[in-house]
Amino acid sequence: MARFVIRRLITMVLMLIVISFVTFLLFIVALPGGNPAALIAGRLATPAEVHLISVRYGFDKPIWVQYVRTMANLFDGSAYSYQEGFNVMGAITRGAPATLSLSIGAGVFWLLSSIGLGTLAAVRSGRYTDRVLTVLSMVGVSMPPFLLGAVLIYYVSYKAGVLPINGYISFTVSPWQWFRHLIGPWITLSVLFIGFYSRVLRGSILDAQGEDYVRTARAKGLSERRVLVRHILRMSLLPIISLWGLDIAQVIGGGAILTESVWGLHGIGQLAFNAIGAFDTVTLLAIVLLTAICVVVMSALVDILYAVLDPRIRLG
Amino acid sequence: MSEPLLQIEDLAVRFRTDEGAVRAVDGVSLSVERGEVVAVVGESGSGKSVTGMTLMGLTRGPNAEISGSARLDGRELLTMSNRELRAVRGNDIAMVFQDPMSSLNPVYRVGDQIVEQIRTHQQLSRQQAMARAVELMERVGVPRAAERLRSYPHEFSGGMRQRVMIAMALSCSPKLLIADEPTTALDVTIQAQILEELRQLRSETNAGIILVTHDLAVVADIADRVVVMYSGRVVEQGTLDELFYDPQHPYTWGLLGSITRVDSDRSARLPAIDGMPPSLLAPPPGCHFQPRCPHAFERCGEVPELSPRTPDSPGHLDRCWLEVERKRTLRLVDGQIGLAAPVRA
Ligand SMILES: Nc1ncnc2c1ncn2[C@@H]1O[C@H](COP(=O)(O)OP(=O)(O)OP(=O)(O)O)[C@@H](O)[C@H]1O
Ligand SMILES: [Mg+2]
Repeated sequence: MARFVIRRLITMVLMLIVISFVTFLLFIVALPGGNPAALIAGRLATPAEVHLISVRYGFDKPIWVQYVRTMANLFDGSAYSYQEGFNVMGAITRGAPATLSLSIGAGVFWLLSSIGLGTLAAVRSGRYTDRVLTVLSMVGVSMPPFLLGAVLIYYVSYKAGVLPINGYISFTVSPWQWFRHLIGPWITLSVLFIGFYSRVLRGSILDAQGEDYVRTARAKGLSERRVLVRHILRMSLLPIISLWGLDIAQVIGGGAILTESVWGLHGIGQLAFNAIGAFDTVTLLAIVLLTAICVVVMSALVDILYAVLDPRIRLG
Repeated sequence: MSEPLLQIEDLAVRFRTDEGAVRAVDGVSLSVERGEVVAVVGESGSGKSVTGMTLMGLTRGPNAEISGSARLDGRELLTMSNRELRAVRGNDIAMVFQDPMSSLNPVYRVGDQIVEQIRTHQQLSRQQAMARAVELMERVGVPRAAERLRSYPHEFSGGMRQRVMIAMALSCSPKLLIADEPTTALDVTIQAQILEELRQLRSETNAGIILVTHDLAVVADIADRVVVMYSGRVVEQGTLDELFYDPQHPYTWGLLGSITRVDSDRSARLPAIDGMPPSLLAPPPGCHFQPRCPHAFERCGEVPELSPRTPDSPGHLDRCWLEVERKRTLRLVDGQIGLAAPVRA
């Protein structure tokens, strides 16, 4: 088991190096907006000034030198947005609390809800409850977050006045207000995932129902509940847990752009949104790397969890 | 005591599927006495496993239609509540399933899976249950049992898993053991060991055993009585001697004939009878074996009841319209029992 974990962690680091290098090539070297030195120098700069900037920032150096420098800058917090001039690390750090609150809260909410609903649908499969849940999950999956967010803001926040309209309040300022401001975003972000995950889980539970070892478990005289929890769910949860790992990583890395924007959370998603609009490649590079780190770390954790749950994997 | 341990009467199991109703079991009657080994033979798809699983309530479900009666010690199994059924499963009736490769949960240690069953039915501590598991594993011929119980199923060969399944089935000393081809995955020495184990279970606890098998050598070795199934029905049943020396149903002749032909390879999956078994979706009217039977005549369009047809042995039942005396000549092929080659129309 320890060897498995170590091997998985080494792969993870290698993957990160590759991903960061490829993103670097895409964003900085094959820059869609043109020469970065020209961008920094501005429209009116002379070729000489552009050259000076190019030398100063090291854009004339070999690519791998530029790569190492950029990475070092990003990680020690001395990378600045070429266009806006703000410190990239600072901007991400400012957005992080809102984004983390959104993603972790929503992640727990949608995971638990879909385990509950998916299991219920599977246990009641073919009956009324299952049909209702099927329809609901279809609605959930096809509901775009901006629409759901807008509907919630209009009816629940504006008309009924139950929830705040938008914004993020830090937990340290007021836990209650933090919670109240996040209820809307949590729901907005979760509905689609709940619809999708509960379907996947229902399917994998129904598949497992037909396994020979589940029949053995019943033949031993175990209660239906024990058969479900010990012999079915343990394996059936794996697919949605790996989905969850990747989705939550995306959201932490600023993937919940729509939800963050509709609810005005000023998190990393909104930072990404603005950076795209402004062709702010350094910020985008940083956010993409953040997402990559989250995804790679989460998928390593998911793999390790798989190995813990399924002894056959530890061999491989 | 007049009531046998297990009495099945006219059991029928139908599954609703997209293509129509599958009559997996279509009239099975049999009984098992305490301390008796009843072998169930019949070709693939004849409903042997479904019969066994139905006794444990494992075929219950929204798409299954079950009728008839099955009483264990006088208690009706088919209409029992799920709660009552749970107390019977694994405790009064245990089943060794046909496919040992997939019948153990891959994510739990083998020992824990045996302990789980023991502790479901008996008030034992984990340690006590584990000690019992070790003892059972040694009995079914697993060396270094204590150590091996810490393994996961994928670390075991098919034969080892089969022995784990058997140990598990024996763990609560069931009154009735249903062993669905328990020796198929095993080599001959282990097979003998397992059969010995079944004999011992019978003599120690007086359990009744239903042994599903394709291997007539195993039948001859251990069975007291034999039940022959064909296409969801019992077509013949009687004592070992009655079945082997005075078989009444042409399908049984075919089975016996194929074993004498394949003597050299005992493990060959029987039977080598011409033709295909009928579809369970639309079985032929009357006798199900009729389409493959070289001796069929008009009467075979009616369903023959399972009843005693030989005057001197009332326990010997079959479903064949042919006259007993005629059968005694028809079943001889080259001086041995067998099924004559079909007459092609
Ligand atoms: N749940 C089910 N739904 C539909 N058909 C089923 C179901 N279970 C079993 N059957 C069908 O019932 C028939 C009898 O199956 P069964 O497993 O009892 O055969 P068997 O005699 O044990 O054969 P084998 O020797 O191959 O084990 C088969 O044709 C099978 O396809
Ligand atoms: Mg079978």
